[in-house]
Amino acid sequence: MVLATIFQNGVSIDFYIVLSTILFVIGVVGVMIRRNAIILLMCIELMLNAVNLLMVAFSTYFGKSDGQIFVFFIMVVAAAEATVGLSILVMAYRNIRTTDVGIFNKLKG
Amino acid sequence: MNLETFAIIMGGLTIGSALMVIISKNPVKSVLFLVLTFFFISGNYILMNAQFIAAVNIIVYAGAIMVLFLFVLMLLNLSKENEPKNSVFVKFAALVAGGILFIVLIAALKDGLVIAAATVDQSDSIGLVENLGKILFTKYVLPFEISSVLFIAAMVGAVLLGKREKQLID
Repeated sequence: MVLATIFQNGVSIDFYIVLSTILFVIGVVGVMIRRNAIILLMCIELMLNAVNLLMVAFSTYFGKSDGQIFVFFIMVVAAAEATVGLSILVMAYRNIRTTDVGIFNKLKG
Repeated sequence: MNLETFAIIMGGLTIGSALMVIISKNPVKSVLFLVLTFFFISGNYILMNAQFIAAVNIIVYAGAIMVLFLFVLMLLNLSKENEPKNSVFVKFAALVAGGILFIVLIAALKDGLVIAAATVDQSDSIGLVENLGKILFTKYVLPFEISSVLFIAAMVGAVLLGKREKQLID
């Protein structure tokens, strides 16, 4: 069991800041370059996970557990968002037989 | 091998599999790489001594949410051939915008640590179930209960949206 945290062993908090920023940017770029709506939802999950990683890193670094409780609630919200988003997607697929977000343009004026 | 190189390897694997999520053309491969990314992120949590969050991450994300994604993907019968593609110009613009966002975020986060670093108080057991459970059911008990209401709303919404309508409205 690892009881000494990684920050007492030479890894600085900057490493996790850079790591989670890179993950967040990968999520943002994924939302911009892909057009499949399912991949877009997955990239949103990736962004939420980047935030979770940073929150756990800070929580461990400062020795306060509030950050990890917040990660727990973010997971709750992500699960609810994924279910509703996917059911909307299934509904849209039934009507127009595609998940391409470029074709979802009925609301365009 | 010390812990620092292990953390760097784990971070590199996380970034690599996250990149594969947005690069790979087959949606099923994307989902599987995202599951792999969540496992690597859980590895990072274990390195930071947050065992409870690591376990919940694997159970909730890799076990529940990604299986839901995979089910919907197989339901919709998508394949590599009819995968929609963006133009090269849009991809290039997205990469430039993402790079600029990365630079801005790093520049904003880099200076925030200097003030806070004085108050570091590291204890070993904050990530364990005992400590987190105590806080979750005392200080954060109201948000915990409200999140159950959110789940019921999401469940009802998913059932309502997924139900096939009998009569067509024209």
